[in-house]
Amino acid sequence: MDNNIFGYDHNNTWVHQLTGTSKLLFFILVSIIAMISYDVRFITLVLILSLIILYQSQIKWSQVRLIVKLILIFACLNLITVYIFSPGHGAYLYGTQHIILHLGYFTLTKEQLFYELNLALKYLVTVPISLVFLITTNPSEFSSSLNHIGVSYRLSYAVSLALRYIPDVQRDYQEISMAQQARGYELSKKGKFMTRIKGVSQILIPLILSSLDKIQVISQAMELRRFGKNKKRTWYMARKFSRNDYLTIVLAILIVLLGVWFMKIDGGRFFNPFK
Amino acid sequence: MKNKAMIEFKNVTFKYNSQSEPTLKHVSLTIDQGEKVLIVGPSGSGKSTLGNLINGIIPENIKGEIQGTILVNGHDVKDMSIFDQSLNVSSMLQDSNDQFVGLTVAEDIAFGMENDCTDNVTMRKKVKAWSDYLHIHQLLKQSPNSLSGGQKQRTSLAGVLVDESPILLLDEPLAALDPAAGLRSIQLLDDIHKHLRNTVIIIEHRIEEVLTQDVDRVVLMDDGKIVGSFTPDNLLKRDILKNYGLRNPLYLDALKLAGVDFNSLSNIDSVNLVNGNHVNDKLHQLNLNQATKRLNQSTDPILKINDLSFAYNHHPIFKHLNLTIYKGDMISLVGKNGVGKSTLSKLIAGFIKPNHGKIIFNHRNLSNLSIKERADHIGYIMQDPDKMISQVMIRDEIALGLKLRHYPKSQIDAKVKQALKVCKLYEFRNWPVSALSYGQKKRLTIASILVLNPELLILDEPTAGQDYYHYNEIMQFLRKLNQERHLTMIFITHDMYLMTEYSNRTIVLGNQNIMKDAAPEKVLNDDQLLLASHLRKTSLSILAKRFHIDPIKLTNTLITKERENDNGQ
Repeated sequence: MDNNIFGYDHNNTWVHQLTGTSKLLFFILVSIIAMISYDVRFITLVLILSLIILYQSQIKWSQVRLIVKLILIFACLNLITVYIFSPGHGAYLYGTQHIILHLGYFTLTKEQLFYELNLALKYLVTVPISLVFLITTNPSEFSSSLNHIGVSYRLSYAVSLALRYIPDVQRDYQEISMAQQARGYELSKKGKFMTRIKGVSQILIPLILSSLDKIQVISQAMELRRFGKNKKRTWYMARKFSRNDYLTIVLAILIVLLGVWFMKIDGGRFFNPFK
Repeated sequence: MKNKAMIEFKNVTFKYNSQSEPTLKHVSLTIDQGEKVLIVGPSGSGKSTLGNLINGIIPENIKGEIQGTILVNGHDVKDMSIFDQSLNVSSMLQDSNDQFVGLTVAEDIAFGMENDCTDNVTMRKKVKAWSDYLHIHQLLKQSPNSLSGGQKQRTSLAGVLVDESPILLLDEPLAALDPAAGLRSIQLLDDIHKHLRNTVIIIEHRIEEVLTQDVDRVVLMDDGKIVGSFTPDNLLKRDILKNYGLRNPLYLDALKLAGVDFNSLSNIDSVNLVNGNHVNDKLHQLNLNQATKRLNQSTDPILKINDLSFAYNHHPIFKHLNLTIYKGDMISLVGKNGVGKSTLSKLIAGFIKPNHGKIIFNHRNLSNLSIKERADHIGYIMQDPDKMISQVMIRDEIALGLKLRHYPKSQIDAKVKQALKVCKLYEFRNWPVSALSYGQKKRLTIASILVLNPELLILDEPTAGQDYYHYNEIMQFLRKLNQERHLTMIFITHDMYLMTEYSNRTIVLGNQNIMKDAAPEKVLNDDQLLLASHLRKTSLSILAKRFHIDPIKLTNTLITKERENDNGQ
């Protein structure tokens, strides 16, 4: 469980063997183009591809069940809210109005349904790619990947440090919380809601103070080992690019180009079947 | 042939920007290449400041005003950045957990090399070499949270030794280790020193443990000045450590009690070799006490644990544990790191719930009580006072528990006043918490629990990191509470002498249960038990065995004598 808040699972598929950098690039590029495009054909294609990758990386349903359910719930809520706030947005976008049901303000149109289908697909398409990235990338590789795509190493290392110290802070939080409860803040179910809120806020002061002390010591320890001396640094966990890494990046670029090409023939971000 | 000087302090005075008085005053000190030096001194004597001046944390990270000259490896530190200096001085900070910056052991070892832009092939080679040397090669992929204190320290050591710098500086390397791990750590440092022939500087107040291996010189500091620089032999013969709030090796206390003249001793720095003309006779002439007067006579149980089982993440910690604690007991809870000492305390305090079994306090089952409700009877004092204190003012901190229990104001004032007096904090009552020293903060946390009038107090390592003076202060205070208020206490400790001197019962945890529940002296003389539970014999029992005296009696005699002295003070 250590350092494993992102759920990294050690395995040895070709997806795992890719460097963090190429996976991160693929994730960013494909997500961006899938977010921009509203072409249902293109997004479906990308969705199928990312599902294949998800299948190939041998991620088990039990590992992602919770997060997928959460995402689905939020996506549904979002789609419903979109409908409530602007049921006529689809008609406005596509310039036509094929009415299915007359309901006054909530009049349902084919355009609206199609628009929301696009939205739903866009939500769904990023889920497999981000899951694959998080679950198949060793946390130790995150920082070096970020650094390799151009983020400064000080910032990148902050990711590593956060991963390293989150379990420590969690433990401190629990200990302080218990000490405060022992003093008399009733945080258990026996306490009133407001007392519990007040009690939790009392934990923060010692937690922040002890974290600040810790930060001071860590920064000293890092400087004593020359962190910040050079403009660059190397990464122990960084790996050489293999053929598959280059192919991954090429694939990502091809997907982007394909998305752009679809936009060109659509004459914009939207594919309009109603014309 | 005289070796080259590695570190030279020439009349150095240093004042922190945050303080009005200098912390170091006119310090002059030379440490030669290849020397192994131990720097000792009470808390606040300036020894850590001295270390931070050597490794460059001062003035780079902590600001202050330096007068005089400091040369490290021939270079004036004024002209060097902390980075330059780190190539001359490998330093290991006090808490190896907090200097562990990598996600895994291998990354942590490589951290310095990464910052030097070393290529991956060289890094992997060096990581392998040093992890092999320090016997941590099987741990390379593990995260810091899964390591023991000793393993973390070895990782930190590997991480600075890769620099192959000429000086190795260690600030309190023993602080977080259990007795057995501490002993191995000192042996390892000795091995490194002999192997690399580097200059080793150890800042530590646990003198007896450091001196179990060869040390060239001991530098004694007090009040920002260097009292003197001695060979271990010379320092111990002078018998001056106690004057500076430091603890003498125990076996020397016993020899002194027997009236042995230290100057007549040979090998005074080793309990295994120390000898002299009259040692044997004098030790045997000692009027040995039969039994101590500190046995708890009470047969009235205050806490009963019945068939307790607890597992953490499916990993069993306790299975079918039974324990009865009597009113007025002073119990030391010992065992190797990670065996469940804190877990047992937290189970009693209700911080965590057992999977099975009952905890009965004064004939009342605690199972359904919340942490708050249990706290009315059982007080838990954490090791780090900063984690317990949440108020700004001392008075408010002590009053907090009473306020939350809706006591009327007049009662709160009276109780706070009383607690302030008992804990000798009355003169500070209107001060902010931040103005207190570590020892005073500890007393503050005890005071804020005492106002709730608990009948049982659990203390997690009450004296960790304290010098002898503060150790005595805290422990005598606790004993007074025990005697005068009949407060039952459990303390978690690694300190074998604390265990013998202050507790009437020792509970050794191990093998998911209680390995031994006996008088402390009995535990200390059970060699197999000590080995299994990572404890260590005191030098007192080693001395006793060498000269064929009953170690239990000798220990008791010394304790009785020290207690008489304490009471006389």
